[in-house]
Amino acid sequence: MIYFFSAVVVTYLFWIILSGHYTVVLMIIGAISSISVVIIASRMAAIDREGHPIYLLIRAGWYWPWLIWQIIKSGLNVSRIILSRSLPISPTLINVKANQKTVVGIVTYANSITLTPGTISVEIEDRDITVHAITLEGALDVQSGEMDRMVVKFEGLSSA
Amino acid sequence: MEAIINLLSWLFLLSGGLFCITGMIGLIRFPDLFTRLHGASVTDTLGAGFIVIGLILQSGFTLVTAKLIIIMGLILLTSPVATHALAQAALHAGILPKLDNDETGGHIAGEDE
Amino acid sequence: MMFTVALIAVLISLVLAMVRAIIGPTMFDRVLAVNSTATLAVLSLALIGFVAGRPEFLDIAILYTLLNLIGTLAVLRYFHPNEN
Repeated sequence: MIYFFSAVVVTYLFWIILSGHYTVVLMIIGAISSISVVIIASRMAAIDREGHPIYLLIRAGWYWPWLIWQIIKSGLNVSRIILSRSLPISPTLINVKANQKTVVGIVTYANSITLTPGTISVEIEDRDITVHAITLEGALDVQSGEMDRMVVKFEGLSSA
Repeated sequence: MEAIINLLSWLFLLSGGLFCITGMIGLIRFPDLFTRLHGASVTDTLGAGFIVIGLILQSGFTLVTAKLIIIMGLILLTSPVATHALAQAALHAGILPKLDNDETGGHIAGEDE
Repeated sequence: MMFTVALIAVLISLVLAMVRAIIGPTMFDRVLAVNSTATLAVLSLALIGFVAGRPEFLDIAILYTLLNLIGTLAVLRYFHPNEN
C-alpha cells in the first residue's frame, strides 16, 4: 500500500513539473490521471517492492555521487584513448560474479558497469556477468570488485 | 556573481560539446562494434551531462531546471539498457568481439547451447 | 552565444554519427549510430529551446528520450533468438 501512495506522489509531481500551470482544474485533472495510471499499473502487478523501489532513494544519496565520479574518471580515460594517435586499446572479455541478493541489486550492478564508459555488461546469466572492457586495466578494475561491494552496500541488508 | 556563472556555463557547455564530438570520433575510429559502444557511451554520459549542467547554470531555480534534471535522469537510466540490449543482440546474432585478451576461458555466460 | 557554440558542436557530432550510420558494416552498427543520433537530437532540442528562448522544447526532448529507448528495444527485439 505504501508503494501505491508513493507511486501516486511521484507521478503527480511529474505532472506538476511538466504542466507548469497551477489552476484548480488542471491540478484536479492531474490528480485523477495520476491515480488512474497507478491503478492500471497495479492491476499489471507493477507496483510492488521490486517495481517501485522507493526505499533505495535514501541510500542513493551517497551511491549516485560515487557513481558519477567513476563515470567522469573512466570517461576521461576513454576520451584520451580515442584522441591519442595510436589508439591503444586491448579489448578484453571477462566474467565477474555479482554478489547482490535481489534482482534490483544485480540490475543496478550491471547497469552501473554499462554506464561507466570503457566497460559494458554483455551477457548476464544468474550471477555471472560477462563484461567487455576496452582495455585490460579496465577489466581488472571491474574484477577487483570495488563497484560490486558498493552496490551490495547500496542494496542494503534490509532487502534480504 | 553573474560573470562567474556565465564563465562556468561557458566551460561546461564547451567541454560537453567537445566530449560529444570525442565520443562520435570514437564511433568512427574504433575497429569493431563492441569497442564502438564505448565511444557512444562517452557521448551519452559525459557529453550530455556537461551540456545539461551548463544549461542548468543558465536557467537557475525554475521549472526548466527540473525538466533538465528529468531529461538527464532519463538519459542515464535508458542509455545502459539500450547499450546492453544492443551488445547482447549482436552477440546472439553471432557477431563476436575482436579480442586481445579473453579471460572467460571461452565460456560466455548464457551461451550454453 | 554560448548556446549556439554548443549547438554547433552537437551538430558536428550528429554528422559524425550519420557517417557511421551510412558506412556501418553490420546492422547493429547502424542501430548504435541511430541510438546516438537520438541522444544528440535530445541535446540539440534542449539547446534550440535555449537559443530561441522557448523552454517548451524541453517537453519534446523528454518525450524523445522515452521514444528513443522504446525504438531501440523494438528494433533489437526482432533479432532476439528466443522470442515466441
